Amino acid sequence: MFKKTLLAGLALSVAMISGVALAQDKVSIVYIPKNTGNPYFDSLVQGFVDACAELGCDFTTAAPATAEATSQIPFITAQTQRGVDVIAISPNSPDAMNQVLDRAREKGVLVLAVNGDLVDNYEHRDAAILPVDFTKTGPGQVELLGSMIGYEGEIAILSATTDAPDQNTWIAAMENSLATDPKYAKMNLVAKVYGDDEPQKSTTEAEALLQTYPNLKGIISPTTVGVAAAAQVIQSAGKAETVKLTGLGTPNQMRPFVKDGTVQAFQLWSPYNEGWLAAHFAVGLKNGTISNEVGSTFEVPNLGSITIGEHNVMNTQAELTTFDAANIDEFNF
Amino acid sequence: MNSTEATTTSTVRDAAAARPRWQVLLIRPETMTLALLIGAIIVASNLSPFFSDLGFILESSTYYIEYALVALVLTLVIISGEIDLSPAAMMALSACVFAWCYQAGVPIELSMAASLVAGILMGLVNGILVIRFQLPSIIVTIGTLTLYRGLAQVLAGDRSIGKFPKWFNGIDYRLVFDVPVPVILFIVASIVLALVLGTTVVGRQIYQIGTSEVAARHAGIRVRRIKTGLFVLMGIVSSIAGLLTASRLASVRYDMATGGELQMVLMVMLGGTYIFGGRGTILGTFLASWLLVIIATGMTVANIAVTSQLIVMGLLLIVSIIATNAIYARTQR
Repeated sequence: MFKKTLLAGLALSVAMISGVALAQDKVSIVYIPKNTGNPYFDSLVQGFVDACAELGCDFTTAAPATAEATSQIPFITAQTQRGVDVIAISPNSPDAMNQVLDRAREKGVLVLAVNGDLVDNYEHRDAAILPVDFTKTGPGQVELLGSMIGYEGEIAILSATTDAPDQNTWIAAMENSLATDPKYAKMNLVAKVYGDDEPQKSTTEAEALLQTYPNLKGIISPTTVGVAAAAQVIQSAGKAETVKLTGLGTPNQMRPFVKDGTVQAFQLWSPYNEGWLAAHFAVGLKNGTISNEVGSTFEVPNLGSITIGEHNVMNTQAELTTFDAANIDEFNF
Repeated sequence: MNSTEATTTSTVRDAAAARPRWQVLLIRPETMTLALLIGAIIVASNLSPFFSDLGFILESSTYYIEYALVALVLTLVIISGEIDLSPAAMMALSACVFAWCYQAGVPIELSMAASLVAGILMGLVNGILVIRFQLPSIIVTIGTLTLYRGLAQVLAGDRSIGKFPKWFNGIDYRLVFDVPVPVILFIVASIVLALVLGTTVVGRQIYQIGTSEVAARHAGIRVRRIKTGLFVLMGIVSSIAGLLTASRLASVRYDMATGGELQMVLMVMLGGTYIFGGRGTILGTFLASWLLVIIATGMTVANIAVTSQLIVMGLLLIVSIIATNAIYARTQR
């Protein structure tokens, strides 16, 4: 009996197989952000959408529910199966996806790391599009917080997941600056906590920081979810005078906190430009107008001349943009 | 013989007539799972033209098959009237033991053996706490799931451990007759466990323990020994699943398989195993595992948002539990 139903089902499903690959005249690009519900990536997606409208490429985006290290793997396999030409991904782990990315590339898919790189696993992607030179991000954040607290006192870091490759790169650079630069000798890093890029957990971790370290002078949160959650906590606790906060945030999320004085200044780049650049690079490479060689340059509308640097990394801008009460209204993302 | 007896002794007889054979065979929870599986295949084939590719489905199945392997043994545990929520954490800790040993210079074969020993010990701890100390298994294993995950983090820290030899990596891409090795392992384990449960004395005893532990004890069944054995078996299979995951990802982190226990329980429940013990089959769990693979893969390749995927999974679980209960209530009369 089972066998019969099974056979009938199989026959039916076989009948459904159309097996028709979509006509692929245009370059098709898929972007896989870290997870859903992260407004930062909406701006990045918009960059892809606008670029593809202009260049005539097909664009889709698909994201896992959580930013857990392996959550993007089924998406990479599924997109490879869909026959896309380009997978752009903001990786949740520097190495968990090595194998599946290799397989995608074997099948001719161009793999671009966007907004975060596969640190020390560069051979598993074709190129990386990063907003700024990430080696300058950590020290830049330490300097900004230092200037707010007079280069003295206990500070803490509220990060994303423990495995987030960019955040860990920046935190390592922050620790290095704090340890080696005499200017920061009186700044004492007392805690590193992880909010997993979830608003709820980030809020809990920020509250715990204020509770555990009553002498805390400053918090650096180098992730958009974390810095917004921490700002909310400091605002609710009424501690804007004693605890200074900075980090990487989007102007739209941080605007109310800058307006009411909870946050003096924070930094970021334009995620929109990353999507814009990634789409132009991918289409140019597929059409043969750009070569993916270290040192080669190409022109991108609105961004100017882009140079492919070491490890095939390209940046959309040279320095971080600092947002404060004076300039925040000029930005909308 | 039976019918003549029935007519002559009709005065003493008060039991209802035996159910027709086709009803006994057909009205079972596994039938529902099979129907759902066939339905899912048809829907998925219609959702996306890229779905109906056996190679792709098998490749995607390797992301869930590690959980499915553990779910097979979990089926036995649940039939015996207990539950184990710690297997995902056991996967992580045993894999961390493996990676830690390997990194410390132990030969890889011995490291794998150490991982198995760790699995046995963890299962034994669960077994002793539940059997010897007469504690509810749900509470014990919620406790050990946290404990094992914590120990894994202590052992491996926040980084991922990798750089295993080439032959160890990528077991999900070794094919035997076009089928990935982990899938073969799952099918073989299904057949063996189905035979053990369906045809051996121990199998009958597991059902009897789950139906009535007191009656089983009075009937001379070694309840404690069998239950402890099942918990140890959970440890062993979790360790194997952990090694499979380590090979697939080519790296190990303490957060491996986070939340996997829920997927495993979902597979067992969807397969029609009765949560209060005494009923259930390996065939059900086997079918449910493929149902989960088909649903997750079908929706991902059709670019359906993950939020909808979670809703579908949740609804399926509720439907399956209601149906299982209704069917068992019917057949019990």
